[in-house]
Amino acid sequence: MMVDGVSMELFLQQVFNGVMLGSTYAIVALGLTMVYGILHVPNFAHGHMYMLGAYVCFFLITIFGFAYWPAVAISAIVLALAGVVLEFLVYKPLRNAPALNPFIAALGALIILENAVVVLWGPEGHRIPNPYPGIIDVIGITMSQQRLLVIAVAFTMIFLLQLFIKKTTMGSTIEAVAQNKEGATLVGINVNRVSAMTFAISTGLAAVAACMVAPIFMISPSMGSLVGVKAFVIVILGGMGSIPGAIVGGIILGLIEAIGGGYFSAAYKDVFGFGALVLILAIKPTGLFGKEIKGR
Amino acid sequence: MMKWLKANWFYLMVLVIALVIPFVITNRYYSQVITMSCLFAIGALSLNLIMGYTGQASLAHGGFFAIGAYGVAILTQTLGWNFWLALPAAALLSAFIGFLVGMPALRTRGSYFAITTLCLGEIIYLVSGNWIELTGGHNGIVGIPVPSPIFIPAVGRITFETQIMQYYLVLFFLLVTLFVMNRLVKSLKGLTFMSIRNNEDLAEAVGINTFRTKLLSFVIANFFAALAGGIYASLIGSISPSVASIAITFNFLMYALLGGIATLAGPIIGAFVMPILMEYLQFLQDYQMILFGVLLIIVIIYFPRGFMGLFTTLRDKLKKTKVGA
Repeated sequence: MMVDGVSMELFLQQVFNGVMLGSTYAIVALGLTMVYGILHVPNFAHGHMYMLGAYVCFFLITIFGFAYWPAVAISAIVLALAGVVLEFLVYKPLRNAPALNPFIAALGALIILENAVVVLWGPEGHRIPNPYPGIIDVIGITMSQQRLLVIAVAFTMIFLLQLFIKKTTMGSTIEAVAQNKEGATLVGINVNRVSAMTFAISTGLAAVAACMVAPIFMISPSMGSLVGVKAFVIVILGGMGSIPGAIVGGIILGLIEAIGGGYFSAAYKDVFGFGALVLILAIKPTGLFGKEIKGR
Repeated sequence: MMKWLKANWFYLMVLVIALVIPFVITNRYYSQVITMSCLFAIGALSLNLIMGYTGQASLAHGGFFAIGAYGVAILTQTLGWNFWLALPAAALLSAFIGFLVGMPALRTRGSYFAITTLCLGEIIYLVSGNWIELTGGHNGIVGIPVPSPIFIPAVGRITFETQIMQYYLVLFFLLVTLFVMNRLVKSLKGLTFMSIRNNEDLAEAVGINTFRTKLLSFVIANFFAALAGGIYASLIGSISPSVASIAITFNFLMYALLGGIATLAGPIIGAFVMPILMEYLQFLQDYQMILFGVLLIIVIIYFPRGFMGLFTTLRDKLKKTKVGA
């Protein structure tokens, strides 16, 4: 730890890193909270879809020579389709099964995804060339342009998603299913289509998040599992199905990790995040913004 | 006596097979696989208690396995304790830690409990990799002694240097675990476990202290998980943080599930069939795990009660046709 004063700049630097990290967590968790809270599917393979998104982006750029932004867009579309396939093959047959069963099926799905990537492209890490390597210095805080971009894109995605759900008919069908599945079916909403759409949005968002941070961190087949667990932590912190909860939870987790890692111990930074979850659930078993949920 | 024999001939046969198997299979490699299967069966059985019978998906099970493994490793290798003292100490430590973390964790339900325990398991994994003074960090602990010899009157000194004796040691603990589990799930306490799995609110309404019951199940499960871990450390001789990895929990889960969750035979069948199946599928190499994932999904969709479920369904059908004819 720094002895020469816990300076304001160091603190702000950690806050900035925390917000950057937290905003990517927020969009990953946002997708998860939708499928988990709305469809009640504990998509444990969500983090692995995120990993897959980063790989698609990587290959589009390095092998097919795509520019950064088109690669991000295509990766999001590919993963949205992959999400639909995942829902159809794995979760749809388990819709009326006990809550534990889809959870276990998700474990199967993530084993397949992780090992398929290892078999196809090897276990080693890769790096996507950084499209915006520039650095901006604001009141003593170093901000790389890519990191700023991550925050900007994350908040744009959140804004667009809110617009979609609140202002379009298609979006409001998602909310309708969330509120009352039977009622939604009665008024003629196709629950199957809503499920597929929710999954597509969810995994598409994860892919965007992965493509955004891929130039900053390494990508590897195992990058998904930790992010997946963290996304679950956030969803539970924020309360299942709560979009504001996912955003706030994501930022909080990012800050806990950045500040805990920066001031105390980098090796234990994940312990702080997970510890915080255990602590919060010990005090409030249904999460920060959670409603009372019975029997789930 | 005859009646008892008639009712239990099948179990006796299995026991006899288990006792003579080291004389039939002398290949060092295969007997090692069988010994490990017995060991993992203990882990799968204990996970089965909390997850199968009590309905609480504890994903920290690998973590408690690791507490047992590290407990025995540190006590015997670093502090020079006798194995027979270190093993119960490590198992009790794990039970106690289970009690401490179970207090907050078991306040949550369903998926919340699964995520909480997943985080606990992840914390145990991170600590075992980073607390270098105690655990040796990522290098782990090497040179853990085999179980110390014991002296039994009329039999003499028994050492555990040979593979056969190690097998009998593990078999003994498997039988102990099976005995305890059998007594437990067939007792009144076992019924309260199952009532919580079936409907926690209803169980509470009829006067069961659900929190205390869940805690008991969790503590017992963690005791046996650590028992398996402790023996594992002593037989393998070296451990690293990978014993705390989520993969261990997944393996136990898979054994219990494929064999048949919430049955006593299921986890044991799973723990034997899966590793042997894996041996035969060695040629698939990297594709092996992918196949594993596909298998898991197919089983959970089409045969959620595993092998035992399939077995009982078939047996019931057979009985029906007999009665009909």
